[in-house]
Amino acid sequence: MSVLIFAELDEGKLRKSSQEAIYYGAKVAEMMGTSATAIVLGEADESELATAGRFGAKKVLHAGNARLNEANGMAYATVVAEAANQEGAEVIVLAKSALGDAMAARLAGKLKAGLAANVVDLPELSNGFRVKRSIYTSKAFAFTELKAGKKILAIKKNTIEPQETDATASVESFQPMLNDSDFVLKVTSTEKATGDVLLPDADLVVSAGRGLKGPENWGLVEDLAKALGAATACSKPVSDLDWRPHHEHVGQTGIKISPNLYIAAGISGAIQHLAGVNSSKVIVVINKDPEAPFFKSADYGIVGDVFEILPRLTKAAQAL
Amino acid sequence: MKILVCVTSVPDTTTKITFTDNNTKLNKAGVQYITGPYDDYALARAVELKEQQGATITVLNVGEADAEPVIRKCLAIGADDAIRVNAEPTDAYFVAENIAAIAKENNYDLILMGRESIDYNGGQVHGIVGELLGMPSISPVMRLDLDGDTAKIVREIEGGHEDLEAKLPLVLGCQEPIAEWKIPNMRGIMTARTKPLKVVQPVSQETLTSVAAYEMPAPRGACKMIPADQAETLIQLLRTEAKVI
Repeated sequence: MSVLIFAELDEGKLRKSSQEAIYYGAKVAEMMGTSATAIVLGEADESELATAGRFGAKKVLHAGNARLNEANGMAYATVVAEAANQEGAEVIVLAKSALGDAMAARLAGKLKAGLAANVVDLPELSNGFRVKRSIYTSKAFAFTELKAGKKILAIKKNTIEPQETDATASVESFQPMLNDSDFVLKVTSTEKATGDVLLPDADLVVSAGRGLKGPENWGLVEDLAKALGAATACSKPVSDLDWRPHHEHVGQTGIKISPNLYIAAGISGAIQHLAGVNSSKVIVVINKDPEAPFFKSADYGIVGDVFEILPRLTKAAQAL
Repeated sequence: MKILVCVTSVPDTTTKITFTDNNTKLNKAGVQYITGPYDDYALARAVELKEQQGATITVLNVGEADAEPVIRKCLAIGADDAIRVNAEPTDAYFVAENIAAIAKENNYDLILMGRESIDYNGGQVHGIVGELLGMPSISPVMRLDLDGDTAKIVREIEGGHEDLEAKLPLVLGCQEPIAEWKIPNMRGIMTARTKPLKVVQPVSQETLTSVAAYEMPAPRGACKMIPADQAETLIQLLRTEAKVI
């Protein structure tokens, strides 16, 4: 019996969301009186993998086969299933993400595991195995019992704040069996922004809507984001109008985020937009319309012209 | 070409969610049910493929009788027949197992559904179905074109997208802009009434998860308004009061 954490790399580094997942998994292991092992797939720097220890993992299994460099949910599920069996893992933890979702679903199919997504708190173990997860696009929570012998928990960002130590994890090479049938999807091209914090991982997000009047004004959003070290996002109309790419669209039919700070400029706050962002810790709304519904769901509000307010906030943030 | 489109019947996106029975049941009073918005994209793309190259479309819902208006609407939009697995869809594995059981009998070339349902937001059913059928699963799919038995797909990834090629059969979780939503016309609504809708019992009763209770999020405190001419104060407050920067 142990806890296994599926950890992802981005540009060679452990993703922030995976650090949270490792810390969460280590806490669950502690509650269950067992130890936490992380698994990382694809070629990676061993010293980077050892940093999983800072978040509570005792051991890292490293499946460093180059065929696993490409994010492949099917192949990853095969590898994680083998690792889970080897380690006798009863609980498998991962951060909710595009790759994590793909891997976890296939894994649940393989292990016939109970799967809870968007988990927002540590489990309750006093009577069975119960987790709290976010449902109805963050409009509510469900306390869910996991009844199967194997359990998979996909945790939502900001579920837990890791307390780092200076421990290091031992890194063990893991040589799983790979199935050729998992490598049948042919990726012909990939387009991915590099160097930026991935939006689902970002602690701070500056977002804007149609109030910005056109893509040519996005510099105002980017400047404030840069001054704060934040990622940028947008509302659905902005992505529909092709002012910004779809992967920056947050809301009910876009990406759901839960950063520490969400600044919305020129977004009125339709319920579908709120659904994607309302689990942010702090929400700031800037809108020229004092009746914009978003103010009702905000912590801080400024009624004013975004073209005037954003540069002033940028300047104040730069001065910090 | 045989296409299976799996749809959910979910509360409208504008629904104010509340619970009854000591927070153990969704309060369905006044709730308008719709086809899952992502499922609607999947169905719309299936209907486009049918128009372009010919296909039969079966709509599948794992749900209770109150899902039938949503199923009839899918038939009105262009599906040929429908199956409802008579069960409450609360657990992803349970739903996937039932979809897989029907798929096994019918050899579909494409199994399409939304990237996630908007009630439980798991985004897992397509992956589990793929695993149970031994088929590749891809999600979220923003574009799907067919060239013989090869699918050309654009999948969204974090921070971008990738182009993929794969052989049918496939299980796909769909999202915008794969197709424009379709609105049923009068002829579609009339013909939908007589299209076959078969009700079957679930293949098992076992669920791997169950919901014990629901809870509403704590309400946010009042919004602190900052006068526009003192906008800079916001940055100070975010640091000293909210402590987020």
